Amino acid sequence: MKKELVKISYFPGCSLATSAKENNISLIKFCKSIGYELIELEDWNCCGSSSAHSIDSKTAFGLASRNLFLAPFDRPLLAACPSCILRLLQTHLHISQNVDLQNEYEKMFSKPFNRDLKIIHFFEILANINLPDFIESQGHNKKEKLPLDCIKFLPYYGCMLARPPEMKNIPNYHGLIEKILSSLGAEVVRWSYSSRCCGTFLSVSRPEIVTPIINDIMLQAVASGADCIVTACAMCHLNMEIRCSIKNPIPTLHFSEILSLAMGIKDYKGWFERHIVDPVPMLKQKGLI
Amino acid sequence: MVQNGNKILESDRDIASQVINRSNVNFNSCYHCRCCAGGCPFVKAMDYAPHAIIRLLQLGFYEKALKSSTIWICVGCNTCSSVCPMSIDMSAIMDALRQIALEHNIKVGQPSILGFHTEVLNSIERYGRTHKLEIMMRYKVRTMDLFSDMDLGIKMLTKRKLDLMPSKVKDIQAIKNIFKSDQD
Repeated sequence: MKKELVKISYFPGCSLATSAKENNISLIKFCKSIGYELIELEDWNCCGSSSAHSIDSKTAFGLASRNLFLAPFDRPLLAACPSCILRLLQTHLHISQNVDLQNEYEKMFSKPFNRDLKIIHFFEILANINLPDFIESQGHNKKEKLPLDCIKFLPYYGCMLARPPEMKNIPNYHGLIEKILSSLGAEVVRWSYSSRCCGTFLSVSRPEIVTPIINDIMLQAVASGADCIVTACAMCHLNMEIRCSIKNPIPTLHFSEILSLAMGIKDYKGWFERHIVDPVPMLKQKGLI
Repeated sequence: MVQNGNKILESDRDIASQVINRSNVNFNSCYHCRCCAGGCPFVKAMDYAPHAIIRLLQLGFYEKALKSSTIWICVGCNTCSSVCPMSIDMSAIMDALRQIALEHNIKVGQPSILGFHTEVLNSIERYGRTHKLEIMMRYKVRTMDLFSDMDLGIKMLTKRKLDLMPSKVKDIQAIKNIFKSDQD
């Protein structure tokens, strides 16, 4: 008997909607494979990104809050971009704590504020699921061989685990990439750069600052002997690809891509050809595609 | 009123309270353990380390802080706040300083970074979402730096990492209202 999919509102954000479409598609497919239907938030807008809060806090809160007011009342709102989720969570926190702000936005968007809206990161639905058991229940034989048995990876969180002090008690699920992928048979390689910030937007205006940072990260990645880096941040993924100037870097995969491969999702056409550092030879060698 | 020297505004006390009110952070609790500077990935590119910006504020050298490159180089990655024993929200202080600097027409320490932020916000105001290709192109024109990263741009286009057409919000009036309400 097929179980009905659990519906969740989904905020893709600009990166996943455009420059990291492979992250977006693999995320939607993976979530479906574990029983969740991601329903794109109707007419969502940019969360404000780093630029809005940098130079105009009022606009930053306005932009993030419109998305909160668009979210249907009856289901949680999920985002996978670490920067988007931080903006959405922080804005929800501020509106919840400030009656004047709440009144102002309720008037602006002509809707009541949903104080109880659950804003969740993609990690949160993974934290409560045992993927190997799940795969077995779907009819795969896990005794044979776990799907990621042959792969050595470096977890790369960038700055996504760091939160402003006012939000530090919100769980950040550190160690989740390691926990999930090793449960699927992959080997974790430990390193000291897993939480090093990638440089984000400085990549555009000050690339000469970002390139040495990315090269430092990649040099240690190569020296570690791992097959690939796995990141849950589309911005980190982009910077690892575009600002690395060392020869023969190892590929960086989106967490959602490797999870999809582990679930046996076969329609990955269009994902890996969008990578600048081609992961296909490595994935073929490991028998993953 | 901008003056020469370290005292820039009619009331210095006003700047201190503005930073505290906007950031909701009392920077006076910082005791300069320098953990923030130790952890900051960008400290080498800054003219003052993060804790030194706080020291400037504590000592009343507001102009130096507002004119620094540091407030623009900081990307708000929160690495510093995560290691701060006093839980000082450095990113919020940097946001406050940048915005105070802009409102008082202080000379911007890193105009190219402000240029990037401005183009991102212009794009959001136009479409409700960021259109990366247009942001890059307008940024290049703005900074008169047309040719660097040309090969990268072409690579990103061929890998379809940059969409030619923007993704747009339908209710663009709602976005305009958000930007307008800011000016009220």
